[in-house]
Amino acid sequence: MTATADTALRVDTETRTQGADIDQRVLRRRLGPGRRIRFAFWIGPLVLLAIWAAGSKAGVISPQILTAPWDVATTFKTQWTEHDLLGDIVASLKRAVVGLALGVLAGTVLALVSGLSRAGESLVDGPIQIKRSIPTLALIPLFIAWFGIGQEMKIVTIALISMIPIYVNTHNGLRGIDGKYAELAETIGLRRSEFVRGVVLPGALPGFLLGLRFAVTSALLGLVVVEQYNATSGVGHMMTLAENYGQTDVIVVGLVIYGLFGFLADGAVRLVGRKVLGWQRTLEG
Amino acid sequence: MPAAREAAEASPVRVRNLHRSFNKAGGVLNGLDLEIAHGEFVALIGRSGSGKSTLLRALAGLDRDVAGFGQITVPASVSVVFQDSRLLPWKRVLDNVVLGLRSKQAAELGRQALAEVGLGGRERAWPAELSGGEQQRASLARSLVREPQLLLADEPFGALDALTRIRMHVLLRRLCEVHRPAVLLVTHDVDEAITLADRVIMLEDGVVRTDVRVDLERRSPADPGFAELRTRLLAALGVTEQGVPAQRIAS
Repeated sequence: MTATADTALRVDTETRTQGADIDQRVLRRRLGPGRRIRFAFWIGPLVLLAIWAAGSKAGVISPQILTAPWDVATTFKTQWTEHDLLGDIVASLKRAVVGLALGVLAGTVLALVSGLSRAGESLVDGPIQIKRSIPTLALIPLFIAWFGIGQEMKIVTIALISMIPIYVNTHNGLRGIDGKYAELAETIGLRRSEFVRGVVLPGALPGFLLGLRFAVTSALLGLVVVEQYNATSGVGHMMTLAENYGQTDVIVVGLVIYGLFGFLADGAVRLVGRKVLGWQRTLEG
Repeated sequence: MPAAREAAEASPVRVRNLHRSFNKAGGVLNGLDLEIAHGEFVALIGRSGSGKSTLLRALAGLDRDVAGFGQITVPASVSVVFQDSRLLPWKRVLDNVVLGLRSKQAAELGRQALAEVGLGGRERAWPAELSGGEQQRASLARSLVREPQLLLADEPFGALDALTRIRMHVLLRRLCEVHRPAVLLVTHDVDEAITLADRVIMLEDGVVRTDVRVDLERRSPADPGFAELRTRLLAALGVTEQGVPAQRIAS
């Protein structure tokens, strides 16, 4: 397809006039985000790391403000060999994973109850919306009174805080399923169980996975807070000790570990999403 | 109140004194009578809002929330083809076709149906990877695989381009000759109605106003009877070749 030459004036007129058979289209400026970049996920974090390293090296970031990356690595090693860092990481991970699992389960079940029946919605949705407006972290004093200061309180807090995004997004996904599909299911005589399995659940899956991404982040947020309360193990415990002794480098190690948890967990959820939602990728291109 | 539905095996479609209304002001269907013989292809035309879809949805049993009464008899196995293909985007084409099919050979039957509509080899594709025409063919396969005794089609080709539509006409005609279901095709396209149907009926004021048999030697615009029938039906719809007839403008 060729446009007339005068509409193509702006694009290198010189090269264009050299041959008659060259491309004479007006090349449009691209408005979309463009093609995918390989390893795009890692570029931002690596740039931040580079700035951190360069700043420390040049002395712009003093060690009192923020420990240099290599010192963090050394501290990480000392903590690992001398202070059972692995044990702390495992303890923290256990809290987060158990709490998150309970929260995801509760959020999903409640979303299904509320999304699949009007009666369920009238019972469940109101309380959840009220709960939503109370920050879970503000409930911690109450939980301490109920569950004590041990592991239960920590897990319940994490479960509650991660339940909400799962509920909200899954419920949204359920209600967003086109009523036309329900009509189709009626005309081909699907049973209710088949309808739920074949239409409702897969249709709500994108919402659920979005909720899961938020839930993972919320669970880690909850983890950081609850580990400030009388923990005897865990990354938060390590950081509390470091705070008492003024060890900035250990605190930074803890922060890096929390950051890595979140970063890797989010990546994992996204990877699962891309695998499970293969049918959507064809639309994304 | 929904009408009593007696679904008798292999009995033709019978509608008696069917009333449906969406508000108190007036009915959409006002005592409609209709019969469709076994294997008969009936096209239903009418202006927008004349109740075409209301009748189709009543036959499909999809009008629980609509007020009305009357008697409807439809075969046990009814299948609907919608204007949009309504394929579930998260199921592959074959899984869409055999969705809810309770048969041991479901996959094999689905494969056959897909081959029949010219989609052999696309079983593993996602619906989003198919063109509009292919999606509608897949939805036809989904209907056929259920061996319906009554096929209800609500403007199934309305969203397709002209060339694809012609191909779909040929396909649908051939499939109906092989499987012989009774067919009720809702369309706004008079040419489509004449090309496909054995009988064309037109709704007006909630009843069947026009009921003509299509008795053409060749189902093509080249047949002189085609143009004559076309003019007649268009006139019944209030359209002449010049546009709207004069007395309609005057009134």
